[in-house]
Amino acid sequence: MTAIPQTNAVYEGGFSDPVGASQVVFRALMDAMARPGTIQVLPDVTAPPAPLSASASALIATLADADTPVWLDAALTKSSAIRDWIVFHTGAPVVSNPSDAAFALVAAPQNLSALNGFSLGTQEFPDRSTTIILQVSTLSDGAQLTLEGPGIKDQAQLAPDPLPQHFENQWRANRAAFPRGVDLILAAPGCVAALPRSTRLVRREA
Amino acid sequence: MNALAQDEGSQNLATYNFAYLDEQTKRMIRRAILKGIAVPGYQVPFASREMPMPYGWGTGGVQVTAAIIGPDDVLKVIDQGADDTTNAVSIRAFFAKTAGVATTTATPDATIIQTRHRIPETPLTQGQVLVYQVPIPEPLRFLEPRETETRKMHALEEYGLMHVKLYEDIARNGHIATTYAYPVKVEGRYVMDPSPTPKFDNPKMHQSEALQLFGAGREKRIYAIPPHTEVVSLDFEDHPFEIQHFDQPCAMCGAVEVYLDEVVLDDKGGRMFVCSDTHHCESRQADGHRGALLGESPGAGDDAGAEKEAIR
Repeated sequence: MTAIPQTNAVYEGGFSDPVGASQVVFRALMDAMARPGTIQVLPDVTAPPAPLSASASALIATLADADTPVWLDAALTKSSAIRDWIVFHTGAPVVSNPSDAAFALVAAPQNLSALNGFSLGTQEFPDRSTTIILQVSTLSDGAQLTLEGPGIKDQAQLAPDPLPQHFENQWRANRAAFPRGVDLILAAPGCVAALPRSTRLVRREA
Repeated sequence: MNALAQDEGSQNLATYNFAYLDEQTKRMIRRAILKGIAVPGYQVPFASREMPMPYGWGTGGVQVTAAIIGPDDVLKVIDQGADDTTNAVSIRAFFAKTAGVATTTATPDATIIQTRHRIPETPLTQGQVLVYQVPIPEPLRFLEPRETETRKMHALEEYGLMHVKLYEDIARNGHIATTYAYPVKVEGRYVMDPSPTPKFDNPKMHQSEALQLFGAGREKRIYAIPPHTEVVSLDFEDHPFEIQHFDQPCAMCGAVEVYLDEVVLDDKGGRMFVCSDTHHCESRQADGHRGALLGESPGAGDDAGAEKEAIR
């Protein structure tokens, strides 16, 4: 990496009010995680370089710091701008091995091969797992998922798109490893939803 | 007390971050909260900070509250159900000062309720967060002192020892004699300590509308129960779980099927039973409910309340 980026895009676009913004973003995320299937509004508080979205960058700026290695998918590593933006604004080390990451940022979920390449934690420490932030374009116009589990009264619906390949099977395998497993944060424009590992997918009637 | 937030004292507190904790600490706690929600009942280790109050005064709950609270939140703090005890008053004042938030004693008005050892009688609603102060988060700790072993027991879902403990209660006393910190199983997986709430409150944890967060400062653990989650008190088929029942209604407001505190009135065996939830009791009295000891005079409530406070 050459030292000086051509624009100021790397240094700009962080939180202008880090205390207030991260609290608002976190509460939206906490509600999304506590009530899977609900869609929570995210404020527009960051302006990262493309293709990183404002929602995904607000979430990573809220959650990541020097203690949390971050992994980026291929779409985000094409240029060094995203990596530099994250390093500058959060101080988080960017790692190349997905199983080392506390957080993974995925701009092209459809190209993500396997969820179990990330850290699933251990049976003793299931919290030592990767939380994956998927950048999706919609939470309500994709293929419908029916959800059950903690945080959900009876059933809930969510229709995010795009999702990783064979998502339903992958998610069932993830659920089967409980309490180990990854948690998904779905960052759509202006809003966020979450699929914690405790959420079960209901098989659709054929 | 809400005015406290706006006084000029908050100007001089510019050296404190919003809600006292620094941002890196909040991030660390927030990450632990998210893991706790994702794995209901699992105790997530976190790097608990020293707080400007001693362990045992709710440092875990305070750190959780500080990590989630925002300027628009309305905070209620209760200690054994009471809004007016030292612990509750101090923590409310702490957040009014460091975060400038509005505080309340009314359960329905609060967005965050920090509690020590009770769940309010008024049913909680969606959007409320209940933050528990937890002294010993590990339900197996008194049965197995080694952390390495209890961790393995949770990993292997090996909870036979807990049932043995409950069985020994039955063998000695003829019934399960555990009345507080009664162990629960969350979503069919983790056995969890509901903090030393009376077992009377255990059914309120089951399928609650509110998110429940637990913070143990000294033991450095955070855990959570999301809304609409199965929380089952451990029991046996022939000795099913039962909550406490009281023979008499609240002496102040006449409420039945609430948790009552026994208050000694004199040295001749005089005693009364009053609601442990002070907001519940006061709002019932305001609605005109009168218990046996309150009489008919509307002013009597204040005197009796002061008497109760003095006895505590």
